[in-house]
Amino acid sequence: MRKQIFTAVLYTAVTTLLLGIAYPLGITVLAHFLMPQQANGELITKDGVLVGSKLIGQTFTGAGYFQGRPSSAGTGYDAANSSGSNLGPTNATLIARVQQSVQSWQASRGKSVDARADVPVDLVTTSASGLDPDITIAAAEYQVPSVARARGLPETSVQNLVRAHTMPRQFGVLGEPRVNVLELNMALDRMSANAKTATTVSR
Amino acid sequence: MTSNGWFQIGLFFALILLIAHPLGVYMANVFERRKTFLDPVLGPIERTIYKLTGVEADKEMQWTAYAIAMLLFSAVSMLVLYLIERVQSWLPWNPQHLPGVPAALALNTAASFTSNTNWQSYVPETTMSYLTQMAGLAYHNFTSSAVGIALAIAFVRGICRKEKNTLGNFWVDVTRAILWVLLPICIVFALVLVSQGVVQNLRPYDTAHLIQAQQITAPDSSGKSVTQTITTQTIAQGPVASQEAIKMLGTNGGGFFNANSAHPFENPTPFSNLLEMLAIFAIPAGLTVTLGRMTGSPRHGWAVFAAMGILFAAGVTTAYWAEAQGNPLMHGVNQHVSATQAGGNMEGKEVRFGIANSALFATVTTDASCGAVNSMHDSFTPLGGLVPLANMMLGEVIFGGVGAGLYGMLIFVILSVFIAGLMVGRTPEYLGKKIEAFDVKMAMLYVLIFPMFILCFSGVTVLLPHLGLSSLANAGPHGLSEILYAFSSTTANNGSAFAGLNANTNYYNLTLAIAMLGGRFLMIVPMLAVAGNLARKKIVPPSAGTFPVTTPLFTVLLIGVILIVGALTFFPALTLGPVLEHFLLYAGKTF
Repeated sequence: MRKQIFTAVLYTAVTTLLLGIAYPLGITVLAHFLMPQQANGELITKDGVLVGSKLIGQTFTGAGYFQGRPSSAGTGYDAANSSGSNLGPTNATLIARVQQSVQSWQASRGKSVDARADVPVDLVTTSASGLDPDITIAAAEYQVPSVARARGLPETSVQNLVRAHTMPRQFGVLGEPRVNVLELNMALDRMSANAKTATTVSR
Repeated sequence: MTSNGWFQIGLFFALILLIAHPLGVYMANVFERRKTFLDPVLGPIERTIYKLTGVEADKEMQWTAYAIAMLLFSAVSMLVLYLIERVQSWLPWNPQHLPGVPAALALNTAASFTSNTNWQSYVPETTMSYLTQMAGLAYHNFTSSAVGIALAIAFVRGICRKEKNTLGNFWVDVTRAILWVLLPICIVFALVLVSQGVVQNLRPYDTAHLIQAQQITAPDSSGKSVTQTITTQTIAQGPVASQEAIKMLGTNGGGFFNANSAHPFENPTPFSNLLEMLAIFAIPAGLTVTLGRMTGSPRHGWAVFAAMGILFAAGVTTAYWAEAQGNPLMHGVNQHVSATQAGGNMEGKEVRFGIANSALFATVTTDASCGAVNSMHDSFTPLGGLVPLANMMLGEVIFGGVGAGLYGMLIFVILSVFIAGLMVGRTPEYLGKKIEAFDVKMAMLYVLIFPMFILCFSGVTVLLPHLGLSSLANAGPHGLSEILYAFSSTTANNGSAFAGLNANTNYYNLTLAIAMLGGRFLMIVPMLAVAGNLARKKIVPPSAGTFPVTTPLFTVLLIGVILIVGALTFFPALTLGPVLEHFLLYAGKTF
């Protein structure tokens, strides 16, 4: 028995060094050598400043930007506190929150013809991580008219921007088609800036 | 539901069929100590480990010695994990300067990772240092699954050995499971995950400057509502890919982050999602082939595989259908499937996975006792959430945990041949071994310990308003489901959760820790006793009265036994939870 205990202690020590230290450190070194961008979280910088990760969503509000999904991570898209809402399907809080979202989306569309159109489901439901970087194509198209109006851009060019940022199913088969909100909004900012420069030049 | 969704589900299962055979044959070679292509690299490492730890590799163990070695190793490594958690603030690789983990939580977590459950009462990114995650948690992901594989192999040896007292050497089986099976696959898998965007670093959390600053109004400590401007986003980092690989392959399921495999840094793309699901089923599916190979009856292995496959198909079909229906209480919401969206019940799901991959992942992770999630099961529709719950209650035998799924299933196989024997009035035989009173008693003990933990703990908990019910996030029948789910998940060593339940209280941390340890170790002992007893028996040649275990009839009987045992035990509880909630949902009732 004493020998067995001794073996168990030694075995724990040796395998901890192998599996708990050497293995993760080895993978870390290899990953940095081979794929530094991915290993560090696909970080995006703008003018030398870190503005986010391609994989992690951010909160956007108002009509000037495409909005992502509601988030239950901290105060919203807290990437050090990922979480879903964990509200069940018969939870009154969930249903009230969704109906509130529906009303504010419909109100934001003003007097447009389809103001009362049903809101795409991903825009009124929280994601599992609270950090979902994507929305569906339906959710992006739903926001095109109001974003174009707020930005003073032609609807067709905003629509084209959405199309350019639509990711199809991976390998044509896997997952669902989607639009990355942060990348779309950064492209939108660039488009607005270009439009402004163009106006200044022509003046 | 879409044809693409069904195609993705079919593709997943086709790939499992492809993987199972070569992996199963390879594992049989590894544990029967035949030559493999990795021997030149791994042989010297194996011998070094034995030399350093004093393992006598050629010494075989009786079932009692095997059990004692397993218990000692689990106890020692659990204690080490507990200590690492408690003193992590003094250890390196803690860039966020996280404090030591409180005692009850540290105990719960140590029990959880040692028992291959990976139930998490904590939020990892604000609780566990990088060192704790690597050397404590990910380490146990390796060892607990290696122990599971070793036990399954010992059981199979019990079946195929004749008139022997021993089942093999525990330390050798664990070492070979780690070196030949888990580690090589994980090294490749981790790097592929990084290529998809799973992070792997030891840096402090990043601070990003938001594109659009946000005004947040929230009540402060005195209850006054205060508006603050948020201009930055803190992005948690860590050595995730190395842990993610073994977390899936070892059917452990403990997330590096709170959102587990829903977090974009753990599961960034649909491809990483497919690989993670394949990793969950790979070894449990392969082990059925190993069973067939080692017992010399490949068709028996496939008959067991078929029973698992049919139960899996039933689960995923139900879950996909239920989640695609959406929530009837949401008005003004477009939940229809179309060319531009997946529709359905998207609360607690990620856009990149949609409905099909969320329902598939939920089924896979609860069929196998993995417990990783890529969607929040608590927000599933009642019938969609019933599937993961029922999967666990059937005893984690639908492929099941690494190793644990196979030996759990073999207990049901013994019961099936016993029942078939009763029907024709002959002494039941299983692959030439007579199944006698001792074997059936131990098998029944195994089957009864499981619901005892789930139902007793759940029953007591719903009677405790301050200790039990105050942790609920949802009221009504869904609240009962949350409690049932917690004790089913822990006893079945699954680890997924209806995560609204606040389990980080002393009451839940302790009761759930007992459920996890009981659900693992109390069940292993009778299982090994059966194995030891079987090994001692003679092999009798099959006669006209032998019930063949290689036929579709056997598969059907096995499924019947699993479903009847599960239904008789848990149907009343399920009726009061998810089933009742389903009818109330369609009656328009909220809580």
